[in-house]
Amino acid sequence: MQEEKLKKRQFLSAQVDLSKFNHAQFEKATEEEKQQQDVMGESTTFFKDGMRRLRKNPLAMGSIIVLLLIILTIIVAPSIVPYHYSEIISVNGKRDKSAANLGPFEYSKAEQKYMASSGEKLFPHILGTDSLSRDYFIRVIYGTRVSLSVGVVAAIMVLIIGLLYGSIAGYFGGRVDLIMMRIVDIIYSLPDMLIIILLSVVFNERLKPVIDKTILSVLGTNMISMFLVFGLLYWVSMARLIRGQILSIKNNEYVLAAKCIGTKNSRILRRHILPNCLSVIIITTALQVPSAIFTESYLSFLGLGVSAPLTSLGSLANDARAGMQSYPLRLVVPAVIICLIVLALNLLGDGLRDAFDSKLN
Amino acid sequence: MEKQNNLLEVSHLKQYFPVRKGLHKIPLKAVDDVSFTIRPGETLGLVGESGCGKTTVGRTLLRLYQPTGGRIVFDNEVLYDSGEQYDENGKLIVDADGKPVLGKKIDKDMLPYRKQMQMVFQDPYSSLNPRMTVEDIIGEPLDVHKLYSNRKERREKILSLMETVGLNAEHAMRYAHEFSGGQRQRIGIARALAVNPKFIVCDEPVSALDVSIQAQVVNMFEELQDKLGVAYLFIAHDLLVVHHISDRIAVMYLGKVVEIADADELNANPVHPYTLSLLSAVPIPDPETARKSQRIVLEGDVPSPLKMPSGCPFRTRCRYATEQCAAEMPPLKDRGNGHFCACWNK
Repeated sequence: MQEEKLKKRQFLSAQVDLSKFNHAQFEKATEEEKQQQDVMGESTTFFKDGMRRLRKNPLAMGSIIVLLLIILTIIVAPSIVPYHYSEIISVNGKRDKSAANLGPFEYSKAEQKYMASSGEKLFPHILGTDSLSRDYFIRVIYGTRVSLSVGVVAAIMVLIIGLLYGSIAGYFGGRVDLIMMRIVDIIYSLPDMLIIILLSVVFNERLKPVIDKTILSVLGTNMISMFLVFGLLYWVSMARLIRGQILSIKNNEYVLAAKCIGTKNSRILRRHILPNCLSVIIITTALQVPSAIFTESYLSFLGLGVSAPLTSLGSLANDARAGMQSYPLRLVVPAVIICLIVLALNLLGDGLRDAFDSKLN
Repeated sequence: MEKQNNLLEVSHLKQYFPVRKGLHKIPLKAVDDVSFTIRPGETLGLVGESGCGKTTVGRTLLRLYQPTGGRIVFDNEVLYDSGEQYDENGKLIVDADGKPVLGKKIDKDMLPYRKQMQMVFQDPYSSLNPRMTVEDIIGEPLDVHKLYSNRKERREKILSLMETVGLNAEHAMRYAHEFSGGQRQRIGIARALAVNPKFIVCDEPVSALDVSIQAQVVNMFEELQDKLGVAYLFIAHDLLVVHHISDRIAVMYLGKVVEIADADELNANPVHPYTLSLLSAVPIPDPETARKSQRIVLEGDVPSPLKMPSGCPFRTRCRYATEQCAAEMPPLKDRGNGHFCACWNK
């Protein structure tokens, strides 16, 4: 072993003065010590990485918990509460005329009499009853079911139409893109609400004979026309977004590299382009749900939503408007639930964007 | 000197991109009449300033763009021929109407040739898909050309490729963003090597890396060439790097090759005025020599490729320019010793 002299530190140098040491004072690092210097983190997949970031976001996690609670309630509650959303309260098979406009946890006179005589305890009206003597709690539950499913179905429809339209326009580009995007511009420039109202009216007329006596008639023409309206109108922003994503991803060098390897177009789309816009798709879909719920509530409030006796949160609020002074609770409850759902979904969408959008990281 | 068999012959390659200006579409002549040859196991360096069409040459060679004209011969097989014919002076043969006389047009399906010609990209950050593991990135060419019979063989091939480019086997399951620039470029090289190509276009493979890593990667390119006998078209704008790795160097200006020569010959006796000014711009690490050396500073800007000057493209900035330069593009003339230069006055 050569005993090379360690260099003396230069004047004013910030280095450690090595001349004070000799070679014997240095020992080689063991494999274990080298491993400790390895700062590379655990290898994670895109999805795991995003979920880890999402879990650290208290607002997003809170929103998930709130949404899960709401979904659990609307699934479980109808099998516990013995009332039906369109059922007028009756005692012993007789219609209970005194049961209208009850307060929370209040029993009508007929019910009190029945309980006193039979000793049986009736299920309480948790939120009271409405002016037609229907249990309000179960109506709110069903209203939430309708609103949430409208939101989710609309978001899925928007996703499918927008994804197809946007990816065709983006991937083929050129003239195809030009024409397809001008159509989108035209739809975009029309006032949303006006079109929705006009379309709902037209669809209502046309759909009645078509869906008569089918399973769809349970939903009512209003509900179906609402889905159609969402499908026809709200995909435009989704299509634009996906087109933009695909346009920018298409020009990445890794797509060119894949072409250089000889990869087929379908494989390029599947393996290279779509996985890279997945995060944007997830996030926008999540944000589409509250906007659909909001529009549905708005339409129901205007009387264009679901048809009676089926209800939604918006139509519940509309019905409660008349008795706002005497029974404010009936307006407050659906309004609060709408707010909770919309807020939770928006916060969750924001959380998803923060967690999955690699550009922000 | 006996003429060796060329691996790649490019003649009169043209690549125009249509650019819309108002109602008219005018061609942007990114590559205009470029010819060169590459022998097996040789490195041809391609230098020139930004926007002169170096990258376009590389991409057109690999048919990532559809060429506007010219002829590409790889391994004695014509991959593309637009059918234009030229006389022995390199002039396009035209008929009475001034339209080119067209011969047989050849346009072959590239898929089988993708196994023999590959590319290493400039930016190691955008040339790797962020959603794929290293194993899948390197394995993709194997998948596309079905170069394995079972999963085990695929994995073995990938691991041996990673070893070739100096990556550890445990990196196989990681994602591209977990690597440094140099390591990413190694992944890109492994991907290009996966199909065992005879020819690789290296599109500024080191310009995005810092200097110490550049040396490592350049040396690796040389080692791979010794080991595997691949030929490179090495595109770069760093003359020192190109001189280090290349056997021959071609200098491009505004879509045209202005000078082509052996690397040492070009360095010692540059002929074209553009090459002279390029070489004088190379930084000299010794301040003493640097002070004495004279830098040739070019005046004016590079003309827009949409409004190319007539004749020689360099004449607007050339101090030797004459009327002949404006009238006609000088042909690449042999100056002896395999040194070609396109200039009327030098």
